[in-house]
Amino acid sequence: MFELLVLLIPLFPLLAVLVNGLFGHRYSHEVAARLAYGSVFLSFLCALAVAADVVADPQPREVVAYSWIFGGDLSIDLAFLIDPLTTVMLLVVTGVGFLIHVYSVGYMHGEEGFTRFFTYMNLFMVSMLLLVMGNNYAVLFIGWEGVGLCSYLLIGYYYDKVSAAKAATKAFVMNRIGDAGFLLAIFLIFSHFRTLDYTTVLAQASELSTGMATAIALCLLVGAVGKSAQLPLYTWLPDAMEGPTPVSALIHAATMVTAGVYMVVRNHAIYDLAPIAMTAVGIIGGTTALFAATIGLVQNDIKRVLAYSTVSQLGYMFLACGVGAYIAAIFHLVTHAFFKALLFLAAGSVIHALGGEQDIRKMGGLRQKIPITYAVFMIGTIAIAGIPPLAGFWSKDEILAHAFVQHHYGLYLLGAIGAVLTSFYMFRLTFLTFYGPSRVDPHVAHHIHESPKVMTVPLMILAALSIVGGFLGVPPEHGLLHSFLHPVAASAGGAAHESSTGLVVGLATFATLTAFAGLGLAYYLYVVRPHMADEWARRTSGLYTLLLNKYYVDEFYDRIAVEPCKRLGDMWDWADRHIIDRVVQGINHMTDKGAAAATWIEKHIIYGGLNIIGYANHLAAWSWRKLQSGMVHHYATIIVIGLAVLVHLLLFWLTGATPGSYAMR
Amino acid sequence: MTNGFPWLTLIIFLPLVGAGMIAVAKESLARQIALACSTLVLLLSLPLWALFDPSSAGMQFVERHRWIASPPIYYALGIDGISLPLVLLTTFLTPLCVLVSWTAIEKRVKEFMISLLVMETATIGVFCALDFVLFYIFWETMLIPMYLLIGVWGGPNRIYAAIKFFLYTLAGSILLLVALIVLYFQGGQTFDILALSQASYAKDLQFWLFLAMFAAFAVKVPMFPFHTWLPDAHVEAPTAGSVILASVLLKMGTYGFLRFSLPMLPDASATFTPLMMVLSVIAIIYGAYMALAQEDLKKLIAYSSVSHMGFVTLGIFAMNPQGIEGAILQMINHGITTGALFMCVGIIYERTHSRQIVDNAGLAKPMPRYATFFVIFALSSVGLPGMNSFVGEFFVLVGAFVWDKFVATLAALGVILAAAYILYMVQRVVYGMPGVEPSRKLVDVNWREFGMLVPLVGFVFWIGLYPKPVLDVMHASVDQLLARQGLVMTAEAPRAVQENVIRLSSGTRPFEPAGLESRLDQEP
Repeated sequence: MFELLVLLIPLFPLLAVLVNGLFGHRYSHEVAARLAYGSVFLSFLCALAVAADVVADPQPREVVAYSWIFGGDLSIDLAFLIDPLTTVMLLVVTGVGFLIHVYSVGYMHGEEGFTRFFTYMNLFMVSMLLLVMGNNYAVLFIGWEGVGLCSYLLIGYYYDKVSAAKAATKAFVMNRIGDAGFLLAIFLIFSHFRTLDYTTVLAQASELSTGMATAIALCLLVGAVGKSAQLPLYTWLPDAMEGPTPVSALIHAATMVTAGVYMVVRNHAIYDLAPIAMTAVGIIGGTTALFAATIGLVQNDIKRVLAYSTVSQLGYMFLACGVGAYIAAIFHLVTHAFFKALLFLAAGSVIHALGGEQDIRKMGGLRQKIPITYAVFMIGTIAIAGIPPLAGFWSKDEILAHAFVQHHYGLYLLGAIGAVLTSFYMFRLTFLTFYGPSRVDPHVAHHIHESPKVMTVPLMILAALSIVGGFLGVPPEHGLLHSFLHPVAASAGGAAHESSTGLVVGLATFATLTAFAGLGLAYYLYVVRPHMADEWARRTSGLYTLLLNKYYVDEFYDRIAVEPCKRLGDMWDWADRHIIDRVVQGINHMTDKGAAAATWIEKHIIYGGLNIIGYANHLAAWSWRKLQSGMVHHYATIIVIGLAVLVHLLLFWLTGATPGSYAMR
Repeated sequence: MTNGFPWLTLIIFLPLVGAGMIAVAKESLARQIALACSTLVLLLSLPLWALFDPSSAGMQFVERHRWIASPPIYYALGIDGISLPLVLLTTFLTPLCVLVSWTAIEKRVKEFMISLLVMETATIGVFCALDFVLFYIFWETMLIPMYLLIGVWGGPNRIYAAIKFFLYTLAGSILLLVALIVLYFQGGQTFDILALSQASYAKDLQFWLFLAMFAAFAVKVPMFPFHTWLPDAHVEAPTAGSVILASVLLKMGTYGFLRFSLPMLPDASATFTPLMMVLSVIAIIYGAYMALAQEDLKKLIAYSSVSHMGFVTLGIFAMNPQGIEGAILQMINHGITTGALFMCVGIIYERTHSRQIVDNAGLAKPMPRYATFFVIFALSSVGLPGMNSFVGEFFVLVGAFVWDKFVATLAALGVILAAAYILYMVQRVVYGMPGVEPSRKLVDVNWREFGMLVPLVGFVFWIGLYPKPVLDVMHASVDQLLARQGLVMTAEAPRAVQENVIRLSSGTRPFEPAGLESRLDQEP
């Protein structure tokens, strides 16, 4: 029964993919939608049942679907591992996924590619479920690439938009850079353990030498950095906002981009052995958290601000992993899934209300016009800003407390500054969107309307989760989530808890104060004195332009990677045609002449001959003639060369060794 | 197993019979006869799959008749786990090639179909021959119809391309002939491929023989730097020619390495391994960069072939079970995926009469079904998990990694580049607004085209999701090949050795082909 439930979880959306993908054009959008979200809901129910089972018995259990590939001593099953970590991920993916599917029914209403959209979304669910459920690195990799594919397809959903197509390609190729690192990690693991099963690998991880563990951990990290959009491979994520907004919520906020965090936590046994890799994870996370937050300060596209905020929040999760606070990382992953999905969907509701407008300079004063959207957006903002008692406060504070208590003061500082900025740019976004005078285009203004129930209900549920989600981890270090995850994700040196209550409370108070500082500053600049912000921007125009242009990282990458790559291709193309071709031919001169001669012969003799002989001249004779007349020179040349080699061989053979040594055994 | 029924003779020569019928039939019936004949061959080849015993490493369905008394040349046929998938690939693709040429070929239809069928005879013959002379005859026969396909039905520059193709392959073939003659005298005056594989040759001689064979096989694969004939041949060839060329012809080179170079010349193979690995990696990366620079769809896919075939040779010379099985699987995968991509280009060429990417932009809007197929095959070419190429590439990379970590790392870069050039192509062809003439009506794939692409999609996912049946037929033959290399015992990982040894000893004894007199009594 348990096994069946586990297998059904990815199977439901898979069936929906097949039915909608193959026959979707034969029935109405409504049926397609029902199939799509219905299948995810069934998966969610199965996941709940599985979770109940796991709560009762947290022992990891393996479920094998079938033997996938087998060759030499490499044998890979399509197998699933059900343990508390997987269970948490399952609930987040299917639960949040279901809400986003329902919301999408309203958001995508009337779109031409409605069924295609849901087919891709369900395919994404299948891949993501494989990713979190797999019991070996190969299945993880299938899911890993699968979510990348769906991300690609959905970013490019509006296929006639060139910018969307470019963003899609960029996302996939940048992810592939990470994937290559991931593949190398898989090969390292295989060459060392001779298996790819988690159960074996992670149980025997302690036998790894530090060097090997570091190599594997760093290769995995390259993969995680690509998928989770960390420095230096983050630039694809803001561009990925070309996709429809529910896609941004599901894939580029709540689930797929957290895959890197999941992978690091899943492999923490290896990371624990590799201090250098741990430091790398922490530094990448900390710098990304701050770096992306600074860019988020000045962006004007509502979705791009959220995108940079996602990059920044993922940085916090990496920071947590880097200091060994794996449970805190997963905790933040969960709360982030709630409030970031909420924020994106609410932003989608705003965009929906404004008929596609995404520029916050053309918003403002929407508070009264779309009150539900405003309320939930505000809740999301408070949650992400880290104001207690909403979800983000608990998880972010736990990460920062870990960093501080374990003496990673540098990382703590990065995170703490990032937290102030987060609070600031999120409230800036909220105030510019919903407060102040309306800057909405007058043509759009009287069409503004609140979204239908099918969109607002999921928003309200997510808002509720953003309010109470944090209590999964309360009291700090001893919450429900902690005791549940403890068997699989407790860090080896988890000494953080010995710190005094006083210190923890002090850090929490400080964090709260910084969050309020960000809120206050944003309120002052964008509500009380709306002109101050522009003035500041003018006064620091150099910095402002730098941030507005995202530190010119895209341009930099174009210059150092993309363009040289293309130029190298062009150069080699030229060399291939002009150098290698000729050198290798060796008889190039002859060939050119020969080709010309053969063309002449073909034109004047063969076709002429054919005309004379007429249709009766059948293929065999014709071709034979052609060969004979056209190729004589070449035959001769080649045979001469062949003979030369033959003679050489014979000479060598006669002189080089005694006859006896060639005798058969 | 064989029941004495000459399955192989039947499927080899049935296409020739079909060709004869076309020659005497009316021109208007040529297509139908070719399709019926090639479909019949496909159906007749399916029992091979069903009757094949995957636990046996030896040759199966063996037929052996003395042909010429002196020198002793036999009409000897048989297949093992390495050749069976290639035979089936050929019989599967030929009907599709007839279909893809249904309307594309308008002149000399009769001759075209005859060439296709002669081609099928020759290629199946190459994969089945167990006598070196017979092999050589099929090997050379294959050149003529291919030359004609390019030279008669090709594009504007077809004569140059055809001659270039002919010269390159012929130059290699001549050296193969030299090797054949030397082997005859050194291997005990026999042309029997199995016997020649069992004989041992002095190291110095192996060195030269390897080079001679390398010339023949490397040109066919084609390996860097012998690849320059390929883009020209592909660009000029008609669609069916490109499909056959990419899917079947190139495999003869890698098949040659597996059937001749490795088993007959184990010492030289070991000596040359580093060079082969380096050339493979260069091919992977170089081909990918070249593909990135192309504006012509066929050229782009041709260079991607160079890159993909680099993976095949990389796997072969990794000389471990993963590498070689991955290589064989990759040969099949490349046949399916690249063949399908060439068909897609052919389909669009029939509509827009251009292979330039700029002329074929934004096809998703006017041709959604076509775009779907195109994207599926493109992603298969990228090596996405769940699709066929991933399994092969994964195995090859694992094998290469066991051989040398650095080489495998470089090869893994090819994975990134593959995503870049394929998706860059998809971005320009599928996405965006329709190209230069938006007014032109582009018709989506018709039933005939639909019918030929669907089976290919089926294979893409079947091998990707459940490759076990395909891999199973290879295990025994590959293990035996490696045993001959003496490499199983020196493989890095102790567990791998044990498992292989167990499998070898508990499995069949190597080289016990049914119906073949047991001249091969010594165990390797």
